[in-house]
Amino acid sequence: MTTLIAYLKARMKTVVAVCVVLLAVIAVASLLIDTHHAHTWAEQHVPFFWSWFGFAAAALIIGAARWFGRSGIQAPADAYDRTLLPCEEDA
Amino acid sequence: MTTGFLHPSAFLIAGALLLPFIRGPLRRPYLFLVPLLGLFAVLYNTTLSADNYGLMNFLDWQVVFGRVDKLSSVFALIMSLMAVVGTLYGLHVDRAGEHMAAWFYAAGSLGVIYGGDYLTLFLFWEMMAFASVFLVWFRRGPNSLAVGYRYLIIHTIGGIILLAGILLRYQATGSIVFDLLDVAHPEPFTWLIMIGFGLNAAMVPLHSWLPEAYSEASFNGAVFLCAFTTKTAVYALARACAGMEILVVLGVIMALYGVIYAVMENDIRKLLAWSIVSQVGYMVAGIGIGTDMAINGAVAHAVVHILYKSLLFMGTGSVLYMTGKTKFTELGGLHGKMPATFFFTMIGCLSISAAPFFAAYASKSMIITAGFEHHLNWAGWLLMFGATGTLMYNGLKLPYFLFFGGNRCSKATWEKAGDPPGNMLIAMTLGATLCILVGTAPGFLYALLPYPVDYTPHTVYHLMETLQLLGFAALAFFLLKRYVEPVDRICLDIDWLYRQAGRALLWLIRRPLQWCDTAWGEAYRVVGLGSLMTVSRFWSWFDWNAIDGVVDGIARGVRALGGKVRVLQSGQIQIALFYVSSLAAIVLVTFVVSQLL
Repeated sequence: MTTLIAYLKARMKTVVAVCVVLLAVIAVASLLIDTHHAHTWAEQHVPFFWSWFGFAAAALIIGAARWFGRSGIQAPADAYDRTLLPCEEDA
Repeated sequence: MTTGFLHPSAFLIAGALLLPFIRGPLRRPYLFLVPLLGLFAVLYNTTLSADNYGLMNFLDWQVVFGRVDKLSSVFALIMSLMAVVGTLYGLHVDRAGEHMAAWFYAAGSLGVIYGGDYLTLFLFWEMMAFASVFLVWFRRGPNSLAVGYRYLIIHTIGGIILLAGILLRYQATGSIVFDLLDVAHPEPFTWLIMIGFGLNAAMVPLHSWLPEAYSEASFNGAVFLCAFTTKTAVYALARACAGMEILVVLGVIMALYGVIYAVMENDIRKLLAWSIVSQVGYMVAGIGIGTDMAINGAVAHAVVHILYKSLLFMGTGSVLYMTGKTKFTELGGLHGKMPATFFFTMIGCLSISAAPFFAAYASKSMIITAGFEHHLNWAGWLLMFGATGTLMYNGLKLPYFLFFGGNRCSKATWEKAGDPPGNMLIAMTLGATLCILVGTAPGFLYALLPYPVDYTPHTVYHLMETLQLLGFAALAFFLLKRYVEPVDRICLDIDWLYRQAGRALLWLIRRPLQWCDTAWGEAYRVVGLGSLMTVSRFWSWFDWNAIDGVVDGIARGVRALGGKVRVLQSGQIQIALFYVSSLAAIVLVTFVVSQLL
């Protein structure tokens, strides 16, 4: 497996191209399948619905996590000690 | 007790108690045998007809140690299997105490699962809490002790809440039977019981103990921890609170909250712990939906979650065991150094991401479909959104930044990195095989579920939906991955509030309450003690001069008389004759004189 990974890493452009083609194939194939069992209107009528959904959800999650982290949730490793009320054991 | 039922907890508890006496070459076979006996006991119990076994009369109650039905059987099966896999993974650990804690913990979980009444449930519930904390303490890290105590305090509080609910329910209904509560008309005890269970299920905002404790546990302790507490709570919720609508909301919040924190996390095992919060959210939501399909989905997801999550904790535990590191910022690029670990971890990552033909593909979609079919579209959409997040942090971030994404290891870490011992690899092989087996042929899992299953995950639509979702989310990840690059920071959580509250309580005790206590002591010394001393001095004087005067006066009189009498007792016969004859003469003279007069 290590050899395979090394082989693929040496040909990253080809790997990326294959992945992009695969994504395109998946997206196009989604237009050909029967969607009448889908639960919602959007799934039935919006082309490439789950492709859009997957991309948008991932981007939104990355954006939300970054905003959340930058808003003060991500803190230095000693943040608890610095921000909590002091107790005698800390002294 | 009725016969025919074998309680697996009995094997585990007896095995744990005997373990310190089994040493040398017998230790490892014994370690493997005991949980295996537990598994065989569970397998045997599945052959029994659905009924209550292990009945005992205790005070006014009948306690049930062995309720056998489909719900208890499927959970017991996966828990006992997990005890085997977890023990196998840590087979080379010499500390008997660690295995004992793990077995008591597993025994507690199985006791809850087979318990048919709240008394039995509570007994084993607390056994779980008190046994599992040792799996944190055995890490022996600089923070282990404090983290363990916090874990114990939180679970003790949860236990008290649960006990309050049980007692109030007993007062209201006179029953201790552990069955479905009237969730349509919840009483205060319904809420208390649900909160007690919910705390162990890591419901937001009662979840903070989980990421903290599981990331701090020993490398093999975490494998047990990730399986038992939360999934036992899921079982308890499925048994008692199915259809409780608030659980849908709480489950969705858990699913999303866990995702956001996992995406931000720098510690590989804490990321997985956050992932538990998120994945248990799906189960809680399924229980809240409450339909047959939703309950089946929640149970199936609990089973597969134990499989893939233990596999992931085994993979990251191997990294910890071999390198001593758990932070992304101190690791990276390890695929070449730890190829087997990388391979098994990838199977876990694909399984949790619900990739086609991997474990969660067979379960997660069942819960989401149940949500849509129950016309809870908002829940269905948000759970799908969360599923994308699962791929982001667990399917992509974890393997990419741990095994690829640049080498951030120190020289010492890099040199230590390598695949772990054989028993750990065998345990991971077992876990990975089950993950693929469940994903590709879920029929045997579906046959174990509590209700008949009218669902197949292997449809073209589901396949295309999943491939689109995962493929394009992966595209977004690789385009935006610089924004989720791990940084050496911690994530503040709600536990900051209760830690702050704890510190405030400590401050309150040490400052205002201590001041009040000191002031009261001083006031007592000045006012109370002064007057008390005056009164005491008077009574002392009275005692000395009056009471003792009388007593001592009599004593002194007796002593003086005794002194005089003592003089008479010289011991010489002539003096005695002198006194006697003198006395006789006096008496005689007195008599004669009185006669003459």
